[in-house]
Amino acid sequence: MTDQQQRVSAGRSGLSLVVAVWRAISVPVAAVLLAMLIGAVILAISGAPPLQAYGALFRGAFGSTNAIARTLEKATPLIFSGLAVAFAFKAGLFNIGAQGQLLMGALTAAVIGFAVTGLPAVIHIPLALLGGAVAAALFAMIPGALRAFTGAHEVIVTIMMNYVAINITDWLADGPLKDTSGSNIVARTPQILDTARIPTIGSVPLGFVIALITAVVIWWLLNYTTIGFEIRTVGLNPYAARYAGMRVAFTIVMTMAISGFLAGMGGAVETQGVVGRYQPGFNTGIGFDGITIALLGRTHPFGVIPASILVGAMDAGSNQMQFSAGVAKEITDVIQALILFFVAADMIVRWIIRARTTEAAGPALTTGWGQK
Amino acid sequence: MQGILQLEKTSVLYRYRNLFIYGTLLIVAVLASYISNPVITTAVLASAVRQATPIVLGALCGMICERSGVINIGIEGQMLLSAFTGFLANVYLDNLFLAVLVAVLTGALLGLLLAFMSVTLKIDQIIGGTVINILALGLTGYFYISGLTTSGKLQPIRLGPLADIPLIGPIFFSNPPITYAAIILVFLSHYVLFHTRWGLRTRAVGEHPRAADTVGIDVYKIRYANVIIAGAVVGLAGAFLTLESVGSFERAMTNGRGFVALAVMIFGQWTPFGAWGAALLFGFAMALQTQLQFTGQFNIPHQFIGMLPYVLTIIVLAGFVGRSRPPAAEGVPYEKE
Amino acid sequence: MSMPPVALEVRNITKRFPGVIANDGINFTLRRGEIHALLGENGAGKSTLMNIIYGLYSPDEGEILIGGPDGELKPVEIRDPHDAIRLGIGMVHQHFMLVPVFTVAENIILGDEVTRGPSLDMATARKKIKQLAYEYGLDVDPDALVEELPVGVQQRVEIIKALYRNARILVLDEPTAVLTPQEVEDLFKVIENLTERGVSIIFITHKLKEVLAIADQITVMRRGRVVGTTTPAETSEQELASMMVGREVILQVEKGPAKPGEVVLDVKDLYVAGERGIEAVRGVSFQIRAGEILGIAGVQGNGQTELVEALTGLRPFVKGEVRLNNQLVPPDDPRALFELGLSHIPEDRHKYGLVLPFPIADNEVLNTYYKPPFSQGIQRQGNAILEHARRLIKLFDVRAPSPLVPAANLSGGNQQKVIVARELSRDVRLLIANQPTRGLDVGSIEYIHRKMVEMRDQGIAVLLVSAELDEILALADRIAVMYHGQIVAVMDARDADREELGLLMAGSGTVEVPVSTPQAV
Repeated sequence: MTDQQQRVSAGRSGLSLVVAVWRAISVPVAAVLLAMLIGAVILAISGAPPLQAYGALFRGAFGSTNAIARTLEKATPLIFSGLAVAFAFKAGLFNIGAQGQLLMGALTAAVIGFAVTGLPAVIHIPLALLGGAVAAALFAMIPGALRAFTGAHEVIVTIMMNYVAINITDWLADGPLKDTSGSNIVARTPQILDTARIPTIGSVPLGFVIALITAVVIWWLLNYTTIGFEIRTVGLNPYAARYAGMRVAFTIVMTMAISGFLAGMGGAVETQGVVGRYQPGFNTGIGFDGITIALLGRTHPFGVIPASILVGAMDAGSNQMQFSAGVAKEITDVIQALILFFVAADMIVRWIIRARTTEAAGPALTTGWGQK
Repeated sequence: MQGILQLEKTSVLYRYRNLFIYGTLLIVAVLASYISNPVITTAVLASAVRQATPIVLGALCGMICERSGVINIGIEGQMLLSAFTGFLANVYLDNLFLAVLVAVLTGALLGLLLAFMSVTLKIDQIIGGTVINILALGLTGYFYISGLTTSGKLQPIRLGPLADIPLIGPIFFSNPPITYAAIILVFLSHYVLFHTRWGLRTRAVGEHPRAADTVGIDVYKIRYANVIIAGAVVGLAGAFLTLESVGSFERAMTNGRGFVALAVMIFGQWTPFGAWGAALLFGFAMALQTQLQFTGQFNIPHQFIGMLPYVLTIIVLAGFVGRSRPPAAEGVPYEKE
Repeated sequence: MSMPPVALEVRNITKRFPGVIANDGINFTLRRGEIHALLGENGAGKSTLMNIIYGLYSPDEGEILIGGPDGELKPVEIRDPHDAIRLGIGMVHQHFMLVPVFTVAENIILGDEVTRGPSLDMATARKKIKQLAYEYGLDVDPDALVEELPVGVQQRVEIIKALYRNARILVLDEPTAVLTPQEVEDLFKVIENLTERGVSIIFITHKLKEVLAIADQITVMRRGRVVGTTTPAETSEQELASMMVGREVILQVEKGPAKPGEVVLDVKDLYVAGERGIEAVRGVSFQIRAGEILGIAGVQGNGQTELVEALTGLRPFVKGEVRLNNQLVPPDDPRALFELGLSHIPEDRHKYGLVLPFPIADNEVLNTYYKPPFSQGIQRQGNAILEHARRLIKLFDVRAPSPLVPAANLSGGNQQKVIVARELSRDVRLLIANQPTRGLDVGSIEYIHRKMVEMRDQGIAVLLVSAELDEILALADRIAVMYHGQIVAVMDARDADREELGLLMAGSGTVEVPVSTPQAV
């Protein structure tokens, strides 16, 4: 290509980048707006003034540096669980067990945090992080292996594993790992040592930065490596993957392991950066947040970030909303369900319109039970 | 190839030989347990039948949906929201019958939503079910008011002298109405599915919708109808929880039953009687769990006992799903060309 | 001799889909009791026209007229299959519209069920079916499960399904695609039986020999238009072929004699289990040498699919030995086989051969992505991949503007070319081609046939599995026939006789060899 041709095509690619980004975000943005509209209607029906409620929500999320710090803090584990779910989606897997994997990661990180002494922070922090992530990865490999070798659908198995995780962590936190210092009777582990704590830089939690870096790594892994190629192939056409010599079962187990790893990191970061110990009930909701975020972010690692900030903002602001406008915070759950609906429905509507163009189809999630 | 066909067409005794073997073993075990401790045995088994009720209703819901080709993982959400609305109706209307009706209607409405998402919008059915689950959690959490009381719940109805038979009487003939209804629905759905025109068309739509389309059957209409009816069935399960079993509502009280119902449906091979048998198994696990916690035997931490139904579900799925044959066309939105 | 009255007439039918005119001003006349063949290659518009007649599509322009019992033609509106059935039109689709887990009776009455009260009345249904079967000479067992029936019998079920609804016009869409030559003869007898009773038949096909054998009238379609109408007496295979394609067609592949070298593939006593534990391949042995094409003939469902799967690492084999280049082959490992020089053109290009949403470039490295130059360690080399794809697109004449186009956007022929390009651009010793030209237009078929002969002449061993006997006869140097999981005959292609092959494919003419003795070639 001549020099001039190159410059023209670069310019054009700049514009086409903008167009591409717009096309990607227009659906989720519309979904959010529509969902908030219906949310406002529900609020109005139940007697709460919508504008005041949303105003409080916004203030609680972005109204001060403290609020922003809180939002980023809330967003951090969401980025990890959103990445976990989005990553599994690429292989055609529906990991609803991010919640349980997160708990296992959080508990393991707490244990390494308080039980391992004499380490400098530079080693202790990553050790606890990795320990939590690996524990969660192992936990996630169980549904992965069951799916790969018996065909048991991971939707049900991961949800069951969530309950198993809740029970195990509850027992550990109330039994062998219980904090027996002082006059404590609450079920929780001892505090982690200071050398395991993840600091905040200014008002930006370091955990948030770690989450951003992780998103970039995952993006690179999916699109530029052979591992990512295998995962995407298995997700789009496991038969062709097998035909081409890829090891499908291995890929499924590995994908779940990585997905669990990500969720576990989220739990570890939450423990080391925010809570400082493992306490049951610190993170409620059975892992559906990650799904909403993954879908809102179009299952793209970079889309997960703004989606997490949005949901994190709603989480952070909902306390303020409850406090000053007297609105029960669960309204944000309803809004999330609506967002999910509109994102899913919108995708379909647009897909129907664009049926014969180059828009690529996503991996098939619903393939029925017993498909290996 | 012909040799293998012959094997499958011999007597009933041979075909169901597994059932007969396990059934006999089961009866022997029950009798032995009854002889050693009649009170506890009766209590646990009676509890098993009742605990099985929401599960079998959930499994029937899943089965009806999937037989017509729609995968429904929103059973949990349907059950939860129906339990909630039924409870509220009982509080404000003080009429148990109307409350049950409200719950059933709620289930049916959510079924309509699922049908709309799956059949018309052709949204991925797992996402659709997830939407219903999140929606139910959100709505019940948001509108929940603590401290509400009702005047009571549905009471057991004793079926005359049948209820006086030792062991069998208290288990089968002395139950509250929804528990009876669940058993009736098992028989009814078996009849409809396998012996009526409606059932034949439904199954055709779930196995090979294009074949049904080419003989003039309306695939969309059948899927809509089945999913809505299934929703009504699981609405009954929600009514059971708040109006017959516990008597009040708590956040997330369904506790995974909706997903256990799916495992039960698979284990039961998408048949009503299979689902009933599997549901009774799970009901038994749950009743056993309560019993163990209550008597404090074996000194197992209560959380481990609490895991029992969930671990059982995983084992069932891992062991059975690979060898099962779901309706061939399920999960795939139908496109009229 | 007066002409029989018109049963069905189609005037000026036009149907448009986005980007293509499937039917363009079609005129077509079917007379009562006549067998009218509708001939055309894939994509000519035959199925679209029939779907319109059966009410599955509605035409954009034109009208359909049905002849009444008095011979009067009346225009009708067919909005859905119900209307078509009511007017006496029945259709036997190419891919059967039968529910596999239902019985024959259940399938026949579906949509038109007999009831007694709320219950299904299967007893009455059975009686009526048996009566129809007897009347038309179509032997079926109402209580058999459809999925356990051989394909020829399933087709009979489809025909009875139409007759059960009083069809007077029967459309058969590619009915012989899945039949042995003997079953085809049986079908022809059934068709003659039907026409003697006044049923009119539309017979859609792309097989020239059959058309000349059975049709009373032949209408040829090409690119959505009717190109001509004639009778067998007035035309020839050559003329029909050029009408179908629009130019001179070479019906034979140009092929010199084979020069076989050393043994490349050595299969000994292979046993492969199929679905549900039934043995699909039972004691198969054969060898293929470098520079020759071995064609395996046989009707689909006799174990060919499982044999190919076993040889390509997609299905484990329970007993036996396979050697490629004298090396014992591990079962269940496609990648090891590719490393040993295997290339595989799969039967189902959409399911196995391509990842449709991926760009052509990614599809071209589907089995080589992990090696240099396409990757360094785990990092993929995008430029090398694109270059490779560009080269292949040019070399194999794939009609696509760039290597970034998703495979889904290509036509069937070009998709197959992408696969062929990929499989033939490695260091190949053995090429296994399974139904390589199924569903393709004549141009693509010619191209792929030429390429296969080229490969053979370069010293590659080729295993060709095809349900189209003509393809085998045209390409193979040696022919093996597979029936019920066994190889029942092997012969030199020069000695092959069509009739004999047909008999062998149907299982007659041989003694079934006890499976313990390997059949040396």
